[in-house]
Amino acid sequence: MSVSVQFEDFDAGAELAALRRDPGVGAIASFIGTVRDINAGAGVSSLTLEHYPGMTEKALQDIVDQAHARWQLSAVRVIHRVGELHPTDQIVMVAVAGRHRGEAFQACEFIMDFLKTQAPFWKKEVTPQGARWVDARDSDDVAAQRWNTTG
Amino acid sequence: MKIDLRFFASLREAVGRDHEQVDVPADVQTVADLRLWLAARGEPWASALGNKRAVRAALDQIMVGGGASLRDGAEVAFFPPVTGG
Repeated sequence: MSVSVQFEDFDAGAELAALRRDPGVGAIASFIGTVRDINAGAGVSSLTLEHYPGMTEKALQDIVDQAHARWQLSAVRVIHRVGELHPTDQIVMVAVAGRHRGEAFQACEFIMDFLKTQAPFWKKEVTPQGARWVDARDSDDVAAQRWNTTG
Repeated sequence: MKIDLRFFASLREAVGRDHEQVDVPADVQTVADLRLWLAARGEPWASALGNKRAVRAALDQIMVGGGASLRDGAEVAFFPPVTGG
């Protein structure tokens, strides 16, 4: 199972250890996104992640498939949490295993860039001023678009 | 043509429901047509789905542009730009 959408926390060390069991793997690149206690100038006490059950898993698998088509990868693991989270909690993990670091680094960033713009998740954060939906950032679109041109 | 609508996040809150089934007239053929048709129903649809809002859409759980063609029984979701990760 390369893609998981879940309420529960995950053990990043155990996930990386699982990727390392393949003796052909020489490089693992990983990214973990966590909940910050400040966003857009306001303190954040909690965050609720909504998603589109059914589509979310397909969208993530599609992104993983695109990464496999683009680079020679041994394995990819994507875990994204939903529900209520608090500062310092893990939100997302992307881990990519390959023979060498170049493709692992690139594929990891590619997957995160597309996850940010294509996977149907939405964050609502609680601040001292009340609850508010997090706005999408233009910089995320730019980050995803660069993969179309820089091959 | 019957369409199963889904709404998410701020758009779900704006329209006050997370799903609805609609029967659209024959001239509603694309996702963009459907958005216009819904917005023409008046408030809160006009504000939630009008041109001033950044709205994304998925057809049968795949993100699509406004030109995507509808089919009978399709699931169409409208939502704001995504903010996961």
